[in-house]
Amino acid sequence: MIEKGLLRINDLHVNTENKEILRSLNLTVNKGEVHVIMGPNGAGKSTLMNVIMGHPNYEVTKGSIEFDAEDITEMNTDERARKGIFLSFQTPEEVPGITVEGMLKGAKFAITGKPLKFFQFRKDMKEKLDLLHFDESYAQRYLNVGFSGGEKKKSEILQMMMLDPKLAILDEIDSGLDVDAVRNVADGINHFLNEEKSLLIITHSSKLLEYIKPDFVHVLTDGRIVKTGDASVAEEIINHGFTEYKEVVNS
Amino acid sequence: MAKKKTIVEDIDRRIYDIKNEDKFNYKSEKGLTKEIILDISRKKNEPGWMTDFRLKSLETYEAMGLPTWGPNLDALDMNNIVTYVKPDTEMKGDWSEVPDEIKDTFDKLGIPKAEHEYLAGVGAQYDSEVVYHSIKEELVKQGVIYTDMETAVREYEDIIKQYFMKLVPPNDHKFVALHGAVWSGGSFVYVPEGVQVDIPLQSYFRSNSPGAGQFEHTLIIVEKGAKLHFIEGCSAPKYNVTNLHAGCVELYVKEDASLRYSTIENWSRNMMNLNTKRATVDKNGTIEWISGSFGSKVSMLYPMSILKGEGAKSEFTGISFAGKGQVLDTGTKVVHAAPYTSSTINTKSISKGGGEAIYRGSVKVTSNAHHSQSTISCESLMLDDISRSDTIPALDIMNDEVTIGHEAKIGRISDEAIFYLMTRGISEEEAKAMIVRGFAEPIAKELPLEYAVEMNNLIKLELEGSIG
Repeated sequence: MIEKGLLRINDLHVNTENKEILRSLNLTVNKGEVHVIMGPNGAGKSTLMNVIMGHPNYEVTKGSIEFDAEDITEMNTDERARKGIFLSFQTPEEVPGITVEGMLKGAKFAITGKPLKFFQFRKDMKEKLDLLHFDESYAQRYLNVGFSGGEKKKSEILQMMMLDPKLAILDEIDSGLDVDAVRNVADGINHFLNEEKSLLIITHSSKLLEYIKPDFVHVLTDGRIVKTGDASVAEEIINHGFTEYKEVVNS
Repeated sequence: MAKKKTIVEDIDRRIYDIKNEDKFNYKSEKGLTKEIILDISRKKNEPGWMTDFRLKSLETYEAMGLPTWGPNLDALDMNNIVTYVKPDTEMKGDWSEVPDEIKDTFDKLGIPKAEHEYLAGVGAQYDSEVVYHSIKEELVKQGVIYTDMETAVREYEDIIKQYFMKLVPPNDHKFVALHGAVWSGGSFVYVPEGVQVDIPLQSYFRSNSPGAGQFEHTLIIVEKGAKLHFIEGCSAPKYNVTNLHAGCVELYVKEDASLRYSTIENWSRNMMNLNTKRATVDKNGTIEWISGSFGSKVSMLYPMSILKGEGAKSEFTGISFAGKGQVLDTGTKVVHAAPYTSSTINTKSISKGGGEAIYRGSVKVTSNAHHSQSTISCESLMLDDISRSDTIPALDIMNDEVTIGHEAKIGRISDEAIFYLMTRGISEEEAKAMIVRGFAEPIAKELPLEYAVEMNNLIKLELEGSIG
């Protein structure tokens, strides 16, 4: 069987505030694969995440993004989400007055288009909260309001697990977490993963990679992917930094 | 992808917009003359002192100028307002006797159902007169009075004479003077000493006749140690001519008594809502205002609490929503006139489509009101960059031993929060509605469940429409 890319990014050029951030970026993520993107600050990692999700502040000037064999380059954010893309935020927004559960019910209904089975929903959520070592009361709290850094990350993973996307993009999900919290978050991610699910992880550290084994590691510098390899690339970068790749770009 | 701007257009208000044929038993001429006043008084078969009161108020009205501050009132032409429209029915105590068309309107507004399910008494006014009134038998046995103002003037003349427009005198401002001259309908509630009315009473004011004014008077007396929750609802269908609402609410909260006064005013966009509400609170008494202002062309509404007894308390919780072409100038006034009094003010306003939502309020502490405290919090949410929001708080503190806290926040709806919710599969419209519902949640929490649902429904109606 020919591997068919779940996510295909072709020759992507992206501007924000009239500045070109991504230039000719190519990336394919197949079903069941875990991809890690590493790169120095300002390389364009967050731009890539945002543009896959269709953030209105980013303009695709050339190239295309395909998801599940459909061109989604011009698609609205909510449609992309309903097709099965999820983005976890580094610092998710606080939404006062709307509970975590209330938002998830709204989202679940929007995605499935079917009325919710409340009992089943509650049961699922309880299971996931337990797995994340997240107190049940958090489901009834206002979305991210007054959450600590770690709680916000767990809340993002809870949302991912509940919404059950095909592709989850995790933007520095391990930053600022203590050892236990990294393990909880990793447990959640591993619980979510199977041969049907794909992951695109942005990370700076090796913490999360102790628990989640990447199939591919990409190095992103200056708006394009300059190297792709296996897990050993991540190790190298964690030990030696990005100096080597900067030279690649500059030469 | 260019940044999208969202403008939400005017929407269909569905059930609120049902227009019945303008049927009436009697309708006064447009404008305001001594003859019209005498005519109204005669139709109501009032005692002479009330007729005199009306005529004196008319003189006051003619002598007074329009307010020199606040929104523009040019759209109001008193020569074109019909002040009195008597519906084609007498007041009934049984819904089945109310004419079908009128009953149908109240049915659609859910009033008889609410009465059946969670109210202890109901009053329903249609244009200038109350068409239905009821109260549960056990409350009557405890001496609670709940009736329309016309009946009250006839049957409880002494009480009415003692309290009517004493708290809000006709010379307070021009529209109260007008009210004194042409008032019609409204409710009278009397709760005797120590009686706890645990289930709310509700009066609903429906204005149907185009180009008419509604001037209902609500007078509530809660005696020593007694307790009441009163709900007021208002609505009107939309016409192309300007309608006027200049009601007056007077609340007397006696020693150790407590009164919760909840309102959802939901006027159509042709309504000038110039309403006056005031409470006086004796020693250790409590007044709680829950106020939702939706609709209207212009609203000027500032419920006032006079804390005149030691330890008296006032809590004001208000929300307003100003859409396209609307100016909602609302807030509250508190006078701390005795020691150890306290007040809490918590308001939220939402504006969209170029609407203006203004908080205007004042807190006054008199020189003898030591150890008083007041906490004020005002929050505004603008849904686009063509809408306006403003906060105009005034503090007048004559005593040093007081604690005052004030916080004001004005903000635009966060594009990042909208994006965040959209990444969860929620549409842009629903994301906005969620954020607005969340913003209003602290107010919705204070409302009886059915009204919280109505408020959320109103917010939804306000937000629906084209997004481009």
